[in-house]
Amino acid sequence: MTLPTPIIMADDKDVLRDVWFGRIPTCFMLYPDEVTEREAEPFYLLLPRVSYLTLVTDKVKKHFLKVVKAEDVEEMWFEYEGTPLKWHYPIGVLFDLHASNTALPWSVTVHFKDFPERDLLHCPSSSVIEAHFMSSIKEADALKHKGQVINDMQKKDHKQLWMGLQNDKFDQFWAMNRKLMEYPTEEGGFRYIPFRIYQTLSDRPFIQKLFRPVSPEGHVLTLGDLLKEMVPAAIYEPKKYQVVIHGIEPLLETPIQWLSEHLSHPDNFLHICIVPAPND
Amino acid sequence: MPSSLLWAVDVYGRVYSLSTTGQQWEQCRHAHLEFKRVSAVQQCCWGIACDHHIYLNVHASDVRIRYQEETYENQRWNPVDGFSDRLLPSDRWQWSDVTGLTHQPLDSFQLPSENWEWEADWYVDENFGGEPTEKGGWTYAIDFPATYTKDKKWNSCVRRRRWIRYRRYKSQDTWAKIPSEQTGSLPDPFNDISCGGWEITEEPRGRLSLWAVSLQGKVWFRDGIHYLNPEGSVWEEVSTPGEVVQISCGPADLVWAVLWEGQLLVREGISRDYPKGSSWVVVESPSPEVGAIHVAVGVNVVWAVTKDHRVWFRRGVNSHNPCGSGWIGMVGEMVMINVGLNDQVWGISCEDRAVYFRQGVTVSELSGKSWKAVSVPRDNERSHSSASASSLQSAGCYFGGEVHLQSQASVLSDVDSEAEKATEGAPPTLEPDEAPKPRIPKVTSDSFISELVSDREGQIGRHEGPPTAAGPSIPEEEGTEWSNVDLEEAQTHLTVGTVADSAETCSLSSVATYNLGLEEQYGADEHPLWAWVSGGGCAIDSHSQLNWFNSTTGLNSSMQAMSLSITPTQTAAWRKQIFEQLSERSKREMENFKHYEQAIEQSVWVKKGSMQWWRDWKPYKWMDVQFAVEQFSGAEGNKDGILFIYYTFNEEKKYLHAFINEVTILVPVLNESKHTFAIYTAERTKQRWPIRLAAATELEMHDWLALLSVSCCDSRGIHGPPSKQAIWSVTCKGDIFVSEPTPSLEASPYPMPCDQMFWRQVGGHLHIVECNSLGVVWGIGYDHTAWVYTGGYGGSFFQGLSSSTDNIYTQTDVKSVYIYENQRWNPVTGYTNRGLPTDRYMWSDASGLKECTKANTKPPSPHWTWVSDWAIDYSVSGGTDREGWQYAADFPASYHGHKTLKDFVRRRRWARKCKLTTTGPWQEVPPIPLSDVTILPCGLKNAVEQVLLWAISNKGDVLCRLGVTSLTPAGTSWLHVGTDQPFKSISIGGVYQVWAIARDGSAFYRGSVSAQNPAGDCWYHIPSPNRQKLKQVSVGRTSVYAVDENGNLWYRQGVTPSYPQGSMWEHISNNVRKVSVGPLDQVWIIADKVQGSHSLSCGTVCHRLGVQPMEPKGQSWDYGIGVSSLLLCS
Repeated sequence: MTLPTPIIMADDKDVLRDVWFGRIPTCFMLYPDEVTEREAEPFYLLLPRVSYLTLVTDKVKKHFLKVVKAEDVEEMWFEYEGTPLKWHYPIGVLFDLHASNTALPWSVTVHFKDFPERDLLHCPSSSVIEAHFMSSIKEADALKHKGQVINDMQKKDHKQLWMGLQNDKFDQFWAMNRKLMEYPTEEGGFRYIPFRIYQTLSDRPFIQKLFRPVSPEGHVLTLGDLLKEMVPAAIYEPKKYQVVIHGIEPLLETPIQWLSEHLSHPDNFLHICIVPAPND
Repeated sequence: MPSSLLWAVDVYGRVYSLSTTGQQWEQCRHAHLEFKRVSAVQQCCWGIACDHHIYLNVHASDVRIRYQEETYENQRWNPVDGFSDRLLPSDRWQWSDVTGLTHQPLDSFQLPSENWEWEADWYVDENFGGEPTEKGGWTYAIDFPATYTKDKKWNSCVRRRRWIRYRRYKSQDTWAKIPSEQTGSLPDPFNDISCGGWEITEEPRGRLSLWAVSLQGKVWFRDGIHYLNPEGSVWEEVSTPGEVVQISCGPADLVWAVLWEGQLLVREGISRDYPKGSSWVVVESPSPEVGAIHVAVGVNVVWAVTKDHRVWFRRGVNSHNPCGSGWIGMVGEMVMINVGLNDQVWGISCEDRAVYFRQGVTVSELSGKSWKAVSVPRDNERSHSSASASSLQSAGCYFGGEVHLQSQASVLSDVDSEAEKATEGAPPTLEPDEAPKPRIPKVTSDSFISELVSDREGQIGRHEGPPTAAGPSIPEEEGTEWSNVDLEEAQTHLTVGTVADSAETCSLSSVATYNLGLEEQYGADEHPLWAWVSGGGCAIDSHSQLNWFNSTTGLNSSMQAMSLSITPTQTAAWRKQIFEQLSERSKREMENFKHYEQAIEQSVWVKKGSMQWWRDWKPYKWMDVQFAVEQFSGAEGNKDGILFIYYTFNEEKKYLHAFINEVTILVPVLNESKHTFAIYTAERTKQRWPIRLAAATELEMHDWLALLSVSCCDSRGIHGPPSKQAIWSVTCKGDIFVSEPTPSLEASPYPMPCDQMFWRQVGGHLHIVECNSLGVVWGIGYDHTAWVYTGGYGGSFFQGLSSSTDNIYTQTDVKSVYIYENQRWNPVTGYTNRGLPTDRYMWSDASGLKECTKANTKPPSPHWTWVSDWAIDYSVSGGTDREGWQYAADFPASYHGHKTLKDFVRRRRWARKCKLTTTGPWQEVPPIPLSDVTILPCGLKNAVEQVLLWAISNKGDVLCRLGVTSLTPAGTSWLHVGTDQPFKSISIGGVYQVWAIARDGSAFYRGSVSAQNPAGDCWYHIPSPNRQKLKQVSVGRTSVYAVDENGNLWYRQGVTPSYPQGSMWEHISNNVRKVSVGPLDQVWIIADKVQGSHSLSCGTVCHRLGVQPMEPKGQSWDYGIGVSSLLLCS
């Protein structure tokens, strides 16, 4: 009788750390048409990939408010090369979707006027972000465990998840989040994988459908299986598209369950960006 | 959990086993004949084949069963011939046993059965009580019988020497027929069999009780079965008050039997000295009108089945009351029931003939909750035809059973009428509704055959020849030829078989058998039809995770694929790709932008709580304090912290603090009353005074420990699993700690002091741990289970982030707690529990100073739970009498196992087992329990493919592990290295020097061990230091150190590459408990009685200072942490 051989190498926990501590160097510049009292210096910041723009840009706001006329100030919003940036997408998703394969730092334009009502949601306070974040987690858990795990948590546990994200506390967040990542061993994975697929070249905001980690025949399903079903083009024209998650391109044979456990954002969704491949 | 097997026999007589880790029934291919019943225990399986003979299937083990035969050659000196075999007429035989009373020439030794073979020829034993003798092995004395010495003296008139020869059991993993040596007294064939009784004695001999019932209803007991004699020696009849039809023997002292009339018999008086018991007590059937037909017993349970298939549970059964108190009717209708290990229950349903498992059987709820069908496919499901063909082939040879005959008869003639007839001819005890069932299709010969073809293709392919000669099966001419012959034979047997069956002796078991015959014809192949199940070897309990239920064939294969993929994921390309890309991404997006401001500022993080603190000054006491840990990020992003203890003294608020990065070890100190832990720093280790804290609950303590441990690791930049060079140790409580070596640890001339090493805890529980610098780490539990490190970290109370997700498994350990019963003799009443006023407690610990009664003795910590009752322990050194007593003149004194006139006091030891369940990065290496292990310490530059690993089993066998590499640390199998006596300690040095200590205290060196020849070629006996019995040895690169039973540490002088055995032992130190020599010849010891250590520690780790290439003995000791750690260097 032989044992399954244990192999000693890097642990999957390291992936969680790498994902959490991903940062995008960003250069914030004021929109030239904004009326200023004096010239606005650009502002440089390391943005956490897993957080939300409006949650981490207090410093940006403070910086530019020094030069913008107070009476002209409305809600701050961001734009990259003409595209308004949706604050309710994680920062990493915005970057991968719109700016992957461009030079760093990422130049984001800051606006204080002409809020694009058609494109963006208002974000009057961080409680709106919290509500959005928590509803995403709940939705994800509804897919994964029929919502049983998140509903069993107490109010303070929910708070711990949010505070963990807000204060960039990996340990605090994951102490709670690991419960959301558990599943009965005999089932081989979550009920459904919470995922969202974003495409630059599409009118739809994103694709989100029901998808199980294991096929009815018991096969482990992979990223490739998911894309084949959702965005066949990404598979059949590999030269044309890149499939980006957290700035990396996982192999198509990566099990979708593993991805969901390790490469999901704090909102428990696996955000997948399909972007045109750089033509070089 | 190691895998173990559930055994079952299907209605065709095929034997299957199902592994606890498997998901399909594996047919026992070695069974070349059909079986009626099996009875399994962990090491073997007994069975009754259709020829009514008893067969034994001993599971193969890497360590073969070897039996040492010995005889003595005696000689006397005379002036003419010198020593010669011409003895005096009054002398003993020239060849005799050790006493000289029995004549034993070499050629009088015969193999006991054809299942044994000689290992080699006779040879002379040249080891005399741990000392090597002169060539020839003679020992001398003045006269027979006398004291022998190994040296010839002037007055040595006689001499003798010992000859040894080993025989070994060869019939492993195959059904070996037990010779019925007493044909005269065994008039009739066996009908039922039950094996158990291994818990009656706690002997390592592994004694088993085997009970059997003959067709005439007589009960037989097989005497003399033990580990070295698996077949047993003789059948002894046990008289019974009536005709017995079935018997069941539990793991301990329960034996129940069923009488033909339907009552039950309970065996009483079974004990260590009388495994056969003394008398029977009759217990009435559960239901007055319907008699019992089947009974199954465990340790504390009895289940029965009555003739109407109802299932009954017996209340109140235990060792003191084997009869129990009353019956409870249970849900479900069963054909038979079997009780396995841990009182787990198995049954075969009478409705669908499936094997059912009783769920929810726990110590507190022995009757369990519900029945659950075991639904896994059989391994031959797909290749079914070939399997049954082969089974039929063998049936041709051994056809004595009833089952197949009927079906074949039916095929040959008109099926319909034959089936009817068979039904009518059923014994009267047959349940009426058991006969033709509505679901049985009405068949014509053709359709029946076609159904059978689909069912058992191979079989029918041969039989359909004659009746359907005109049918489409002409191409099978050859097959037909064959079958004709085959069938004729079968038919002759058929007559015999039928006669036997319809005879008056026909037992109840034929009820079952008959049904099987009927059902076999129609049996849908989807559901295997089972006849018998035995869980006696199946080590599961109510917590075991089994994949046996609700699985379909399709899902099953995919499940297996999934479970297999768990490990390969780690090496999978996609995983590697993610790791690489993530690190690339971090580099790309962050490396050049480190000067950018972080969007979220890091802040100080504090956790506070109430605890109790063991005050630093007199009078020492627990006092309530506030405890806080502050964590903050340093300028470079590294984390650090401070812990504070706020207390009030003289109404003044004060505090005490310690820097997290100065903490060297956190030790949980669980005791009965408080959940405490100790925090050591280098300074406090020197003072032998750690910070001791107590939390209100165990959970709170674990939270704090986990938090502090993470903080300590963070502050030292330690993440993830321990490195391959890590140093592992265990405490005397079994907790496991690991330390990362720093370059300064062995730096000369100022090595890092021991007290500054940082130790972090890893989940799990071990007694011994051993590692090398390639990351191969093995451990041994208190219960001698071998464990291999999986590469993970955390487990136990380290949840979430301080624990890896993979490679954490459940780990259990079992150990015994001992208390002593003391008595004093007085002239009036003899020995009583009334002692003198000055005496010790009548129930005490070993020292006699602490009162320990059966009721007030608790398991060592809340993690342990009792798993047995108090039992007398006979395995005490010095021996005991039959009741376990040891005698002495007075307390405290040296005890002996028999009473003399001078003995006024006596004591006996009671043992109770407790069990701990935890988690950690350890996987069991089944199946051989170990007592010591050693791994070749590989230097860093040493790219050795195969890592040498030697071990000693708990029986004293020396083993060499094959296939151990840094990628496969568990290895593949054991290679047994033969020795003439049991061993107890072993160690491998850096250049393949293997040293070992035998149980008699003698040292051995193994010659010619190399990477190519891992097992070496022969043992060299090394004389022990003068009058000292060695107990442990440790080898470094060149140094060899040994510790003797009196705590002396010895250094082997004169060891050179050309003469690795060395020349003599040199005394180094005393009060040493254990020694460990590293690959650079660093010497570490665990010392007793180090000055300044207090009761908290039970040993101190010390490091030998001044070890230099030119001075391998070193100069002095450096004292480390006061926690007993069995330390291993790499």
